[in-house]
Amino acid sequence: MTVYAAIHVTLALTLAPLLLGLINRIKAVFAGRHGPPLLQPYYDLIKLLGKGGVYSRTTTWVFRAGPLVTLAGLLVAIVLVPLGGIEALVAFPGDLLLFAYILGLGRFFTVLAALDTGSAFEGMGASREVQFSALAEPAMLLGLGALAVLARSTSLTELYGRVQVSAIAGPAGPAMILVATALFIVLLTENARIPIDDPNTHLELTMIHEVMVLDHGGVDLAFIQYGSSLKMWVLATLVTGLIVPVRTGRPGWDLAVGIVGQFVVAALVGVVESAMARLRLVRVPQLLTAASILAVVALILVVR
Amino acid sequence: MVAWIDFVAVLLVLANLWLLGTSRLAVCIKAVAVQAVLLAVIGVLMNAGALGVRIVLVLAISTLVKAWLLPWLLRRAAREASVQREVEPLVGFTWSMMIGAALLGVCFVIARPLHLPRQVQAGILIPVAMFTIVTGLFMIVSRKNAITQVLGYLSMENGIYAFGAAFALREPLLVEMGVLLDVFVGVFVMGIAIYHISREFDHIDTDRLSVLRD
Repeated sequence: MTVYAAIHVTLALTLAPLLLGLINRIKAVFAGRHGPPLLQPYYDLIKLLGKGGVYSRTTTWVFRAGPLVTLAGLLVAIVLVPLGGIEALVAFPGDLLLFAYILGLGRFFTVLAALDTGSAFEGMGASREVQFSALAEPAMLLGLGALAVLARSTSLTELYGRVQVSAIAGPAGPAMILVATALFIVLLTENARIPIDDPNTHLELTMIHEVMVLDHGGVDLAFIQYGSSLKMWVLATLVTGLIVPVRTGRPGWDLAVGIVGQFVVAALVGVVESAMARLRLVRVPQLLTAASILAVVALILVVR
Repeated sequence: MVAWIDFVAVLLVLANLWLLGTSRLAVCIKAVAVQAVLLAVIGVLMNAGALGVRIVLVLAISTLVKAWLLPWLLRRAAREASVQREVEPLVGFTWSMMIGAALLGVCFVIARPLHLPRQVQAGILIPVAMFTIVTGLFMIVSRKNAITQVLGYLSMENGIYAFGAAFALREPLLVEMGVLLDVFVGVFVMGIAIYHISREFDHIDTDRLSVLRD
């Protein structure tokens, strides 16, 4: 089984940018355009890795550490998440808290790096990012908490190992659907997707995540973009494990189903992005509160 | 069957939270209509074994009245009074939803030690019915607009109906029709009252009505 976990990590590291390529392609198709090639994120990464860095004299080591710490955090996160029935490479009781806060650490350093530049816009983006992620965190932890109560375990591998087709159809089914919805909203928030944030916007006043990385370039930007595709992969596994509850018992099949599930989730993100308009900034906290409340309802349903 | 009833009950919970979290009157009215439709589905599922003509008739009439006739009346009253949204509730909408989630928890805690008279195969329907009643009460105390208060009253009625459905009691036809008539007349009178209030005072803010002197 550990072999398959290692294969999952390898596939995650190689296929993660393809998720973003797929989302962009789906958005292009919805808009009636041909769109960039599916492998465009890889081309971008290769191009950026060949460039040198330019650093402002007002920045300190914090600015240079930001992308590194964020990417390192996500690399740790990717060994902690199970893909459906495939266990995580590293699993121990309580790893869901480590998972949540390793993402938090990466975000914290992104925010610090943004503040380090002293740019007013970056400070604004940092403030918004912190506000929205503070609201998304309870939704994620309460949702995973509901699953933890169901599985009577605090290890992500065991949480998702217990999800079965029969469990979804059973009495715990509604709770699982609610948790999947809450986690999907968290996924949209954490990856700065419509309806929370627009990854393509170039108007500083409305940007949230993108504005924080405006001053990064070259290799640093490549790290940031690769990190964001890894973040997409990591959070998508949380949703995939719930909405594709197929556990054949044969790890090879489970892995294949899980990978397909990842791309289904990415396609879902693409459809949501194409079909919805961006929410006004004042409405975003309401959406995130609603996600937390869905998670609370799921928790009440499983605890009762 | 219990799993399906639980599933619809969860949808009822979501409809209640939707009712608490929205400011637009048209959406609130729709949420209450959705409640009524979900109750009809629960009624059908509860009696799936013995679906007689009488049960179908009662369910059809009550759904027609609560999901179509009363919403139509209220929508009309809202249009006459030209109000589209609850402007200044005593408790904000995000807070209302959070309080709603807390109330749901309280309802589950209260429902746990209840000694039900016989083996009721209701799953989570009892606490959800209580939550629907409490949602209605909360709407009545936390909103100032007369129409949202009427919606709270309707939500309470829906909760009581769900409570009855949980026991799958064979209430006499006369009783069910009597209750339905009460609700209908109640909302009808309130609709007329709202119209007259808005014509006399140019608003339907009940908070300001309480300081009237003769």
